[in-house]
Amino acid sequence: MKLNPKEYARMVSRTSPPSPVVKDCLWAFFVGGGICLLGEGLRQVFLIWYDVTMAGTLTSIALIFLSAACTMAGWYQKLAAKAGAGTLVPITGFANSVVSPAIEFKAEGWVTGIGAKIFGIAGPVIAYGTAASAVWGVLYWLMGKVG
Amino acid sequence: MNYLWAFVVGGAICVVGQLLIDYTSLTPARILTGYVVSGVILSAVGLYKPLVDLAGAGASVPLLGFGHLLAQGVRQAVDMCGLPGIFTGGLTAAAGGIAASILFGLLAALIGKSKDQN
Repeated sequence: MKLNPKEYARMVSRTSPPSPVVKDCLWAFFVGGGICLLGEGLRQVFLIWYDVTMAGTLTSIALIFLSAACTMAGWYQKLAAKAGAGTLVPITGFANSVVSPAIEFKAEGWVTGIGAKIFGIAGPVIAYGTAASAVWGVLYWLMGKVG
Repeated sequence: MNYLWAFVVGGAICVVGQLLIDYTSLTPARILTGYVVSGVILSAVGLYKPLVDLAGAGASVPLLGFGHLLAQGVRQAVDMCGLPGIFTGGLTAAAGGIAASILFGLLAALIGKSKDQN
């Protein structure tokens, strides 16, 4: 069987496994999407009893609880090894970044171990999130004064 | 439809994060910080609210939604009490998530054992 380079390239791309980036992205999409789907399911349940704002807050709290439980069981880390950003970007990843060092640094004590280390990732997130929102607050306030 | 959009939008936001991991040398801490700040900016220019209306938890569960929460909180507090709202609005809106993470983290430390100790 004779093949020109184009046909050969097509055959190779058909039979070779997807590149790591494509595979990573598929994992991230389905796991991240799945966590959001679970969140939406929880949100719809909370909406039966609460207003939109409180239902959103309770959804976050429920997902954080589930993430903490999975982190304690060691499941979240296993899933994260495959799902990458799919487990990092949702609020469950933020929770994992707090709970995981809380367990890990227990040996270093409750204040300088757990108390300090839980903010390794959450600290910068909260600090710069707050700073950005304050900048926006000043702009919004000025817009109100001018407009 | 709600559920489909939640899945697709949430998944797509995570794929962007995955591309950042694969193509840049950004650490998880930098990506999460970037997501929250981006969420504040997207919310400030009015792009994020429509996405939350469309996708629900698909837009509010990723950390972009955390930024949106901060920005929205500040805006509401400035509407209510003027300039002091800049200090109170953001963290008030985000209090539930932050407190839950800290409390469940401490609880996990209390009852959990580090893998190294076993």
